[in-house]
Amino acid sequence: MVLGGIILATAAAVYDGLNATHNQSYGPEARGGASRSEVIISRGVIHYPEIEHPDVLVALNQEAADKFGLNVRDNGIFIADSRCKSVPSKNSVRFYRLPMVDTAYEVAGSELVTNIVALGALAAVTGVVSREALQKAVAASVPRGTEDLNLKALDRGFGLVK
Amino acid sequence: MMQGNEACVEGAIAAGVRFFAGYPISPATEIAELMAEKLPRVGGAFIQMEDEIASMAAVIGASIGGVKSLTATSGPGFTLKQENLGYAAMVEIPCVIVNVQRGGPSTGMPTLPAQMDVMQSRWGTHGDHPVVVLCPSTVYECYVLTIKAVNIAEMLRVPVIVLSDAIVGHIREKVVLPDPGEIEIVERKKPLVPPEGYLPYRADEDGVPPFITYGKGYRYHITSNNYDEGGFPATNDHKVAHALINRLHAKIEKRRSEIIVTEEYMLDDAEVVIFAYGCTARSAYSAVETAREQGIRAGIIKALTLWPFPREVFRKLGGRVRTVIVPEMNMGQLVVEVEAALKDNPARVVPLNRVDGKMITPGQILDLVKEVI
Repeated sequence: MVLGGIILATAAAVYDGLNATHNQSYGPEARGGASRSEVIISRGVIHYPEIEHPDVLVALNQEAADKFGLNVRDNGIFIADSRCKSVPSKNSVRFYRLPMVDTAYEVAGSELVTNIVALGALAAVTGVVSREALQKAVAASVPRGTEDLNLKALDRGFGLVK
Repeated sequence: MMQGNEACVEGAIAAGVRFFAGYPISPATEIAELMAEKLPRVGGAFIQMEDEIASMAAVIGASIGGVKSLTATSGPGFTLKQENLGYAAMVEIPCVIVNVQRGGPSTGMPTLPAQMDVMQSRWGTHGDHPVVVLCPSTVYECYVLTIKAVNIAEMLRVPVIVLSDAIVGHIREKVVLPDPGEIEIVERKKPLVPPEGYLPYRADEDGVPPFITYGKGYRYHITSNNYDEGGFPATNDHKVAHALINRLHAKIEKRRSEIIVTEEYMLDDAEVVIFAYGCTARSAYSAVETAREQGIRAGIIKALTLWPFPREVFRKLGGRVRTVIVPEMNMGQLVVEVEAALKDNPARVVPLNRVDGKMITPGQILDLVKEVI
């Protein structure tokens, strides 16, 4: 999730010519704790890097959906993984339930590329970054040798949104 | 896109740092990781030591060996480094310590931001020692202030602390780094006299003694006891002690204008001024932009140098300023310095403190601005 956020911020700031900040938060565990990426994209200078009420929330598991679902701003967008059983969401929010984890398994045989699938879905829903910028940012950020796999995951993410 | 901690590493390498000794600690670990990766590629050396105390000792040793040296840590490690930091200050060994602050006291909140080490960075080690503390609030400032820290350390033979925090260290932003040719790099002063005429602690007019690498033909002695110009103990000589301690402080005071960096924003007509530093300055900028949109005359003094405290900048505030707000992620450490700097100004000083591991929000600052105006 942290890498996914970095890629989104890179796409916006480096390849689409906007400003972006990425802020991560995680617990003290070496492995397995909850983690969160906060990305702000703006035409202006970004000072305060934290987000209380996001315009867009992507929750990849139940814990994230429960914890942050009701924080989404009115008229915002909430994308939750289809494996989430119940999702708290306000009526004023555009809600999407998409099989991001399942798609990652189809592409890579594991949940490893879920973040990239989610980026494709997020960009398709919001249009906040261009597809080309996101492709370049993915190719530049993922481990060498996995570019094709990740770009495929990105395309499948775009394909989840009709 | 670059992370604050990464920018510290890039700045250090650009400034000529070729030795890092450290012990990983959140939220500073990326600095050690990237130093381990990058230093060998530029002919430098990285050592992970057995603890923070040894790391600081190794950094001092490498610096005496002629190599620009840096270590990075967070609160608990910074505490352990204090003894050797005092040693470096006393015997005048250039070195840079990056402290990416997290919540304390003790091991506190390892991954969450705080600004609780402001006073420790100045007074953490005993004795009336000289030290310089720089404080970034953006990724770009992590880069330029690390370069500045290395330069000041080499120029004045003094430990310099880069006081970052978990927000600034971990945030990623777009930065455009200057070309290497545009960066000013300072090298330590070499002796102009032959070995037989060399007194290791005979200072020039600027208060800084020339410094030669151990083992390069100049024989000298280093002791952390009070010492004379020859570098030998003079523990009961009041005159020598007086001259030494005064010189250690004077070499920094003489260079205040080169060391102190502040940034002013919308001060010209400001009725309320926010004095901020580190990650909290980011909230202050957001708050003042919103205040200005609402017609409120608010401005900012941002300190990039915390020690020596930039008291000069407060002279620019005329009688128009009614209130100075000092937001800090601690119980109020620099607010006392602000009060002292404003002792001849009728402006009221109002602290705003937060210690729960969350940034002070722009909303909190804006609410207080509206309350005091």
